[in-house]
Amino acid sequence: MSHSTENRGKDRSKDDRGKCVLSLTVNGKPETVRVYPMERLLDVLRQELGLTGAKEGCGEGECGSCSVLMDGELVNSCLIPALQAAGTNLTTIEGLAEGPQLSTLQAAFLECGGAQCGICTPGMILASWHLLNKTTEPTLEDIREGLSGNLCRCTGYMQIVEAVVQAARRRASA
Amino acid sequence: MRSDPADYELIAPGNLQAVVSLLADEPGKWLPIAGGTDVMVLCAAGKLPARNLVSIWNLPELRGIEISPEELRIGAGCTYTDLREHEIIAGEFPLLASAARWTGGIANQNRGTLGGNIVNASPAADSLPALLVYEAELILVSGRGERRMPYLDFHTGYKKMKLAPDELIRAICLGRRFSNYFHYARKVGAREAQALSKVCVAALGRLRGGVTGVVIDDVRIALGSVAEVPLRLTEVERIAKGKPVEPELVQLTRKMTAAAIQPIDDIRSTARYRSAVAGNLVAEFLQQLRASGKTV
Repeated sequence: MSHSTENRGKDRSKDDRGKCVLSLTVNGKPETVRVYPMERLLDVLRQELGLTGAKEGCGEGECGSCSVLMDGELVNSCLIPALQAAGTNLTTIEGLAEGPQLSTLQAAFLECGGAQCGICTPGMILASWHLLNKTTEPTLEDIREGLSGNLCRCTGYMQIVEAVVQAARRRASA
Repeated sequence: MRSDPADYELIAPGNLQAVVSLLADEPGKWLPIAGGTDVMVLCAAGKLPARNLVSIWNLPELRGIEISPEELRIGAGCTYTDLREHEIIAGEFPLLASAARWTGGIANQNRGTLGGNIVNASPAADSLPALLVYEAELILVSGRGERRMPYLDFHTGYKKMKLAPDELIRAICLGRRFSNYFHYARKVGAREAQALSKVCVAALGRLRGGVTGVVIDDVRIALGSVAEVPLRLTEVERIAKGKPVEPELVQLTRKMTAAAIQPIDDIRSTARYRSAVAGNLVAEFLQQLRASGKTV
């Protein structure tokens, strides 16, 4: 048996054995996929469901680029095995706008220049979303703490923090 | 090298009894995974020896905080967010609340659990010095039943602990007897958020009026990141009790602290720096204790 045939054989045996059926709700839509239970939720979102808004930065829970909301709680999807997402309700960056209408928070990021290369932006916005859902009138300290698990290497943090301040103001006056 | 998820098995029995039975049937085969903030990092890096994992995330039996007049019984599966948001923890065990606030960002606090932090056994874990000074007790569960042991006895060396292959931490118990103490916590790291400690300290103390003035009635001091396990400074505590907080005592405790710890040079700091900072923090604690006026 040649080396390449051996590899193909190994790959084929891995195709299905050990996979599980995973049902969950993503941005309000029920989804069912067949995945390995230890696959990272981030990979399920990006590769199985085609939702590439969540990004991989560090892959070890330090940078927050892969942030999503799971049952309303901010989590790093790179650290969640797929099986633990069974039956949960997920919100990704793709789920925040209503049709073509950006959410107040997304619009504030655009206006304040809170996005540059875009890798951290989905995570920044979801972390801010989580913060504003828990704290209607956040202080600057609250915002800095709420975003402390999200790293940006382009704009710096001033515009991002400003965007959250603006969004909180608009939500309060809406 | 990056790991392949096809090489791992993960099951989620959904209740504590089923997990305990599984561990009893094949001790050592199954690695429990709670919020995954440590296990998934190792797995992604290809450094997870275990191939069979059992999920204990969100098991109802591990998630609650039971309150009695004598103690708080914190389910091992409670997250840092659960700890931060709990009023009694904030009020009576502020050192644990501070440690929860210092650990990772919000996303990791929503997933990381207190039991997981104990079993991960990092000498730099910020919650562990707090558990030492509050004299926490652990409830361990297995197919053989439950047993209770002081947390002080649990970690025996670097990543070594008194946990049998078929056992889980079920709860962490905190006696409610420290509300009239002065509580001191300080973490020294490279930055305020998301940085592992170079040194961290948790300490408790109270004063009493003596014939010759105010003296230390009771004191507990623990340090993280300065040895293979989090350390309680029992000798320093013994020397300090019954004495007034004066420059001679502060100087002596500084020296004794340096002698009691075994810090190392690593990516985050140096042994020399850690030793100097540990002594300074103990000194700062004693000075703040004196200024606090917390008397029996």
